[in-house]
Amino acid sequence: MSLRSPLGRVLGLGTAKDGTGHFISQRISAIGLLLLGSWFTYQMFTQESFAYLEVVRFIREPLNSILLSLLCLTVAYHSWLGVQVVIEDYVHGHGTKLLALIASRFAHIFVAIASVYAILRIGLSS
Amino acid sequence: MAEFRLPQNSRISKGKHFAAPEGASNVKRFAVYRYDPTSGENPRVDTYEVDLDSCGPMVLDALIKIKNEIDPTLTFRRSCREGICGSCAMNIDGGNTLACTRDINDVSGDVKIYPLPHMPVVKDLVPDLTNFYAQYASIKPWLQTRTPPPPDRERLQSKEDQELINEPSACILCACCSTACPSYWWNSDRYLGPAALLAAYRWLVDSRDEATGERLDELEDPFRLYRCHTIMNCTQTCPKGLNPAKAIAETKKMLAERRH
Repeated sequence: MSLRSPLGRVLGLGTAKDGTGHFISQRISAIGLLLLGSWFTYQMFTQESFAYLEVVRFIREPLNSILLSLLCLTVAYHSWLGVQVVIEDYVHGHGTKLLALIASRFAHIFVAIASVYAILRIGLSS
Repeated sequence: MAEFRLPQNSRISKGKHFAAPEGASNVKRFAVYRYDPTSGENPRVDTYEVDLDSCGPMVLDALIKIKNEIDPTLTFRRSCREGICGSCAMNIDGGNTLACTRDINDVSGDVKIYPLPHMPVVKDLVPDLTNFYAQYASIKPWLQTRTPPPPDRERLQSKEDQELINEPSACILCACCSTACPSYWWNSDRYLGPAALLAAYRWLVDSRDEATGERLDELEDPFRLYRCHTIMNCTQTCPKGLNPAKAIAETKKMLAERRH
């Protein structure tokens, strides 16, 4: 039991002076996703064939390689920001929350690097 | 982790039934949440049959009639009975509202009455609002200035500037909005909730206030402000027709604006 005043509890450790950057980044990455997602959807619907060589040829196009890499990076970044919010919302144990946030960060960085590596490997192969 | 089931001692059982008096023709049934922490028993829902021919039109009238004539142990807050004090805020027919301004005839079927959701219950329909009031106090809900007041008159405000604070000033702190917000349910220890944020906004847009920067500093926090995910239950449920969700969005815009 604590005899700390209700106001003292609400004020807690003070403000983090943070959150606006996260808020703006989430919205800007959403705009990026809208543009890149529209491009990707359009490409998927207008492909003549999904045969292996056709897809490789598509990825090898420099602009396609760049846009695909950007799409993967933006998805990973936006997802990282979103998952962070979900963890902060629902995971309340301080240690568990910290572990979940770190694990999420590592997982998203791994996915981002792995997908860009895969695209570049195809894009830069002769 | 967030809990999605009620704790064992909060699960609700069926309670007593109070039948309508002989000869009553216009009977409405009220299912009311009952809980007495001193009894050691789980909460229950008692049902009261009320003759609407001898009852006022609002849900609060029925509750007062039940307390006066059927079951004096029923506990609830009430004061002004005209939607200005915010005392009788409760969950009626699945939505948070004021019992004094909710027409019984607008509820189809039984009238289900519970205390405001996800708050500690003091007794029956009385929630513990200590944390809610402390959150309101934390945003410093008073005018802060550096310029001394004019010696011969009050601080003036243009009509346009006054109109900005008109709506947020109409909040009666009934707590309907905050207790309707899922984000507040999960994180009310750190998230200020729509009512306190609407009050903060009221001072942010007050043309006479000179602490806008400090106020924004105090709000800039992933939990205090940014736990709002624009769910909009607050605006949906506000019995005064106010729009806390918009006030929060405007506050976020101010914080974004001062960075670039």
